Amino acid sequence: MIEKLWLAPALPLAGAVLLLLFGRPLRRVAGGLAAALVGGSFVVALLALRDVLASPEEARLVVVELFDWISAGSLIAPVEMRVDALSMVMVTMVTGVAFLIHMYSMDYMHGDPRYPRFFAYMNLFVASMLILVLANNFVLLFVGWEGVGLCSYLLISFWFERKPAADAGKKAFIVTRIGDTLMLIGVFLIFATFGSVRFDDVFPAASGLAEGTATAIALLLFAGAVGKSAQVPLHTWLPDAMEGPTPVSALIHAATMVTAGVYLVVRTHTIFEASPDALFVVAVVGAVTAVYAATSALGQDDLKRVLAYSTISQLGLMFLAAGVGAYAIAIFHLITHAFFKALMFLGAGSVMHATDGEIDMTRLGGLRRSMPVTTTLFILGGLALAGIPLFAGFFSKDQILAAANEAGYGGLSIVALVVSGLTALYVTRATLLTFFGRPRHQLHPHESPVLMTVPMALLGVGAAFGGLLGLSATTGRLHTFLSPMFAGPHTPGMEVSALRAAPLFSEGALVATAVAAALVGIVLGWVVYGDRLVDWTALRVRMGWLHTTLARGWYLDDVYGALLVMPGKAASAFLAYVFDQRVIDGAVNGVGLAVSRLAGAGRRVQSGLVRTYALGFLLGAVALLVFVLVRT
Amino acid sequence: MDLIVFWVTAPISVGAAALMLLQRNAVHAALLLVLNQFTLAVFFVLLDAHFLAAVQVIVYAGAIMVLFLFVIMLLGVDREEVLRERIRGQRPLAVFLGVLMVAELVLAVRLGVGLLGSAVPPMAQPQGNVRAVAEALFTRYVFPFEVTSVLLIVAAIGAMVLARRKARGIPEEAAP
Amino acid sequence: MRTPIGYFLVLSGLLFSIGSVGVLVRRNALVIFMSIELQLNAVNLALIAFSRRLGEVDGQILAFFSMVVAAAEVVVGLAIIVAIFQRRRTANVDDASVLRW
Repeated sequence: MIEKLWLAPALPLAGAVLLLLFGRPLRRVAGGLAAALVGGSFVVALLALRDVLASPEEARLVVVELFDWISAGSLIAPVEMRVDALSMVMVTMVTGVAFLIHMYSMDYMHGDPRYPRFFAYMNLFVASMLILVLANNFVLLFVGWEGVGLCSYLLISFWFERKPAADAGKKAFIVTRIGDTLMLIGVFLIFATFGSVRFDDVFPAASGLAEGTATAIALLLFAGAVGKSAQVPLHTWLPDAMEGPTPVSALIHAATMVTAGVYLVVRTHTIFEASPDALFVVAVVGAVTAVYAATSALGQDDLKRVLAYSTISQLGLMFLAAGVGAYAIAIFHLITHAFFKALMFLGAGSVMHATDGEIDMTRLGGLRRSMPVTTTLFILGGLALAGIPLFAGFFSKDQILAAANEAGYGGLSIVALVVSGLTALYVTRATLLTFFGRPRHQLHPHESPVLMTVPMALLGVGAAFGGLLGLSATTGRLHTFLSPMFAGPHTPGMEVSALRAAPLFSEGALVATAVAAALVGIVLGWVVYGDRLVDWTALRVRMGWLHTTLARGWYLDDVYGALLVMPGKAASAFLAYVFDQRVIDGAVNGVGLAVSRLAGAGRRVQSGLVRTYALGFLLGAVALLVFVLVRT
Repeated sequence: MDLIVFWVTAPISVGAAALMLLQRNAVHAALLLVLNQFTLAVFFVLLDAHFLAAVQVIVYAGAIMVLFLFVIMLLGVDREEVLRERIRGQRPLAVFLGVLMVAELVLAVRLGVGLLGSAVPPMAQPQGNVRAVAEALFTRYVFPFEVTSVLLIVAAIGAMVLARRKARGIPEEAAP
Repeated sequence: MRTPIGYFLVLSGLLFSIGSVGVLVRRNALVIFMSIELQLNAVNLALIAFSRRLGEVDGQILAFFSMVVAAAEVVVGLAIIVAIFQRRRTANVDDASVLRW
């Protein structure tokens, strides 16, 4: 099945085309069709995975060239598929999660006037994401990259009649565009440096790069990752992206598209390793983003926005892991995060389904009585997110902490500890406000239908038992599967970096501290928001300034608005209303006007008066005579 | 002797022409033109073109100008013409151009024939001017001669047609 | 002593110019026409003067034909003026400005 793995993107691609063209007649079965196609992709992925696992370690890299695409001079970029451990892991996760979310959407989006269109976009997204992770050269990867960006835009602004949704879609596209452009420049640089864009030509030669070039390429590629994975400073689009339907948030903005940045860094790790400075930048950006987003999550009132900032924060942790060279651990966390975060998003969707769209936590409360299944599963996801022992998140997050510590970046591991505490706190807050306490609403919520709860339950299994995939950083199944890919002349952490020091903690102390931080967060959350000991509404008013600052993401978005958006709009307005209307139209109209005036002056010659014409005759005659006389 | 005749007649000629310009009454203008043409006939004689002098008087002054007078009388346009010039700058410009024209022509003559020189011997017309003209006319120029006769007929017919078709009050009759 | 030809030529030029000015300045169609005739006459004078100068009779023949054609032209021209006058009751050329812009 390895050779036929191209079916995985092909099936949903066909589905997208079919649903775009024949959406109307296929209306009733659109959801089922789309889900089935993605399910087919999942099956293909599983079969291929089985084949890969069955083959010996050395033979695990397979490149399948599908057909010639670009062959222009020295730029050769065929449509080729790279099947190795990393891509198999990504493909399996993407298709699996996507299948569950498609199933969920069949009920969630039921009754929407553009139901088939939704599934067309979702299928197109899955196809693009698979192209992205299966690509064996940078050009094809970029095709997938752009494809997911496009689908993100289409899906965020799916309900485009609502201005916030339309604006959010534009914002997402434009902000990620900045990263995409820099990434493209990085690809140009790669082509200029290596003479090829194919992975098989670039990665083996990466270790021989001059450090300056390597840093430049790595940072440019990382810029693309920053945009796509919503890291600071290109993160502002993700909270707004929650305007889209919740399944979209679950699939694209939790499990798949936003993880493409992490995938990119891991995939091109050889280039990063040629520049320890670039790796360090990755780790620092990840850490800063993680703590920034965790604090901002604390101040959100909209449940989905809490989850959005949470995603940004967790992605930061993944970049932190990658930045210290722990690639397999980063991917491990990517997988576990996909499970529990998608689960939590679907849970939020379940709540919205029950409350007719209300998702402001200050107006909810007490939902657990009427939605027990959703509540349980949401809590399950929350525990995994907070890193409570034995749930999936515990293993992956702790391994990140340990990796940062061992690599000598003790400071970063302290930051990650703080993030853990904050995570537990905001998770507790969100859960308590939404599901517990006295209801602050007049709604009559109900549990969601089977087609929504079953996928959630399946994801819950992943959140609960996902840890089994990687119980230990060295011997975990996932790690041993992936680590041969990352072995090489550059062992992570071996390069000297200025801030590196000896490990700060012993391993045991680290684990204990992490768990303690999580527990502290939970307890604190329960104290404040548990409705028994502290009146959080009063606290909120007293600390209003803090709440607003956090809620607005430390005003970063507003800064962008003032620095970039307002001048941009002003410039546009100037160009449109002043320059275009007065200068350009003026010039064009002016030409016409000038011709008209000229003609107006010219036609006065036709006075109709014979005597004037006679005057002309005489004038001509005199002039002619002069001419003749002068010549003789 | 010639010179005296010339210098007597020339002012009359120019004067008549100039006066013709200034007459408000069309009939007066016509008569002055007739005078001018008489003086021209005198000049033709001075230039040994006797036949043409006669033709000038008979045809030009005698027929054409009479025709003019007929039409003036017929149409009753002997009324006075309004003095004010309505086209701006027409008069000054016209005068200016006229003066310029004269200057240029004088210059041309100067450059060519020379203003003062060129007194020439009498023309070789052993048997008189009429004979000389006739000889040229009926031998070398017989074709244009015949053509002009056709031209005259055409002109006459044309005039009849023109005057007839647009005449108001004259009933349409079959052509005679 | 015969008069120099130059005198006649200058005179011819003078008469021609007067005729030109007359065409421009007068408004009565008939007077304009007469000015044109004056111009023709001036040209005839020049032709005959040159003929005298060259000693050949061809110039006179040319002047002769000029007179004949002038006659024909006057006939037709006057007919037209008559026709216009009978239509419009005016001989003022300024009134015939229908071909104005």
